[in-house]
Amino acid sequence: MKTTTRTDKTSRLAAHLLLAVGALVMIMPFLWMLSTSVKSFADSMSVPPKWLPTEWRFDNYARVIDSIDFGTYYLNTVIVTLGRTAGQLVLCSLAAYAFASLRFPFKNTIFLALLAVLMVPSQVVMIPSFVIMREFEWLDTFYVLIVPGIFSAFGTFLLRQFFMTLPKDLEEAAKIDGCSYFRIYWNIYLPLSKAALVSLAIFTILASWNDLLWPLIMTSSEEMRVLSIGISSFQGQHSTDYPLLMAGAVMATLPIIILFIFLQRYFIEGIAMNGIKG
Amino acid sequence: MSSPVTVTTDPPGTSAKRKPSKLSINEAIWGYVFILPVVLGLGLFYMAPSAASLFLSFTAWDGLTSPRFIGIDNFVNLMQDDKFTGSLLNTLLYTVGTVPLSVALATVLAVLLNQKIKGMVFYRTLYFIPVITMPIAVGMVWKWLYNSEFGLINYVLGAMNLPQPNWLFDEKFALFSIVLVSVWSSIGYNAVILLSGLQGISGSYYEAASLDGAGTLYKFFRITLPLLTPSLFFVLVMSFINSFQVFDLIFIMMDQQATMLESTRTVVYSIWEDGFKYFNMGYASAQAFILFIVILVITMVQMYIQKRWVHYQ
Repeated sequence: MKTTTRTDKTSRLAAHLLLAVGALVMIMPFLWMLSTSVKSFADSMSVPPKWLPTEWRFDNYARVIDSIDFGTYYLNTVIVTLGRTAGQLVLCSLAAYAFASLRFPFKNTIFLALLAVLMVPSQVVMIPSFVIMREFEWLDTFYVLIVPGIFSAFGTFLLRQFFMTLPKDLEEAAKIDGCSYFRIYWNIYLPLSKAALVSLAIFTILASWNDLLWPLIMTSSEEMRVLSIGISSFQGQHSTDYPLLMAGAVMATLPIIILFIFLQRYFIEGIAMNGIKG
Repeated sequence: MSSPVTVTTDPPGTSAKRKPSKLSINEAIWGYVFILPVVLGLGLFYMAPSAASLFLSFTAWDGLTSPRFIGIDNFVNLMQDDKFTGSLLNTLLYTVGTVPLSVALATVLAVLLNQKIKGMVFYRTLYFIPVITMPIAVGMVWKWLYNSEFGLINYVLGAMNLPQPNWLFDEKFALFSIVLVSVWSSIGYNAVILLSGLQGISGSYYEAASLDGAGTLYKFFRITLPLLTPSLFFVLVMSFINSFQVFDLIFIMMDQQATMLESTRTVVYSIWEDGFKYFNMGYASAQAFILFIVILVITMVQMYIQKRWVHYQ
């Protein structure tokens, strides 16, 4: 037994060492982004590179906000993200409840048809969608950024799988008491499914916040730009001013990283749940 | 557990049965009401456009005048179009470069994280942050790291007396540079799924093997790896699907360098270019359709050969 504990100890030490080196590689780009974001232009161009700035230029952040309409991009991204997330939570959970618990003709057929949507890559849908949105006169409005994003086959599937695992006795009791289906959904299913709902919310927030191709195609005016497009065009204008670019990148990514650090348990559980059931 | 669709065709007449039957109609109506928004929305914004896309791929269309049916001309032309076949090849090379490397490293990482060591959550957080970071920002940061004169990577390579390639501006390295970024940003995601797979493996297998005097490597290859195959399979299928759709990194890291696009243009980039820069929407639709078929075939092939290597417990 003694030898096993000793090998355990060495293997744990080796694991720590490997993990620490790997973690450094993973985190280095972020540290470099942060460090560059507070450097002067001259500092950023110094050879050999400086790990820390000689003068701390926190005003880089203010300069980003002055030179592009960062506030608008931010607000647009927040509105789109909240809109899509709220919409998905309501609509997907309603449909998921029906698919998991109610009986109606053609239920399985309809459900399979929804799953087929998951198979089609979004690029296939893009070009006809552009035309549909133009017919609706939704191009370059919040409608195009939000409305198609509130319907999700993935979200419906994720929640339905979770709802299937909930015990039925509470529901049966509620039915005997004459509760309406909506009440059962609202008062029993939703409160029992907080973890799954938070997971779906996180996936949706992440996808909306980082989305590029859809807003790139569907919007054109400065007022409708979202963050991803805002900072990519910012790169076009300041292609060598890396301190400014990095300050922009920090501001664009920080909210999601903070959200992740606080809610990471749900991220990880959601992904693991998906991985097992997918 | 909800019983699989019990059809509620109660014989009419018997007064005892009448009530549940009435309830079922009510239930069915509510069922339809609840699914209606999602079904309509997905139909309008996903299913109808998918069908339209198939139709458009047989037309020549500038997006304004009415589409002109041209049969399979788009597909014939695409096969002779070096830009498209090149983008298909680049996408394939990108995928072949990214997926095995990312999954292999993620497996090692998951095994290390599974050792009940202190600070597991801390490490997991660090490895996962690249996954959630906006790809556009990731692309910008790496472009800076790859910078040939002032970039951190070449400085470190120089300090170790290693060659310093001009990463993004050298056709031999440009696509490889993108692959490295993708590996970096996907390891955490794959590792989390594999880790949950590892945690599902019962400790009794290892105890039995230890009693038989099995070594660490033997345990890894004879117990861990076979029992991890269901998770590995899922990770591989998802990684292939995602890799074939890569766009953001190419867009942000390559867009200003038309010369390097030759060796880094992917299929989705090509769809975007033809559809929304040159407004050849029929031509772009045909490319999207080919991409769909390629993804479908590769996924089906994976499903087919999984029987040979995936061990379900």
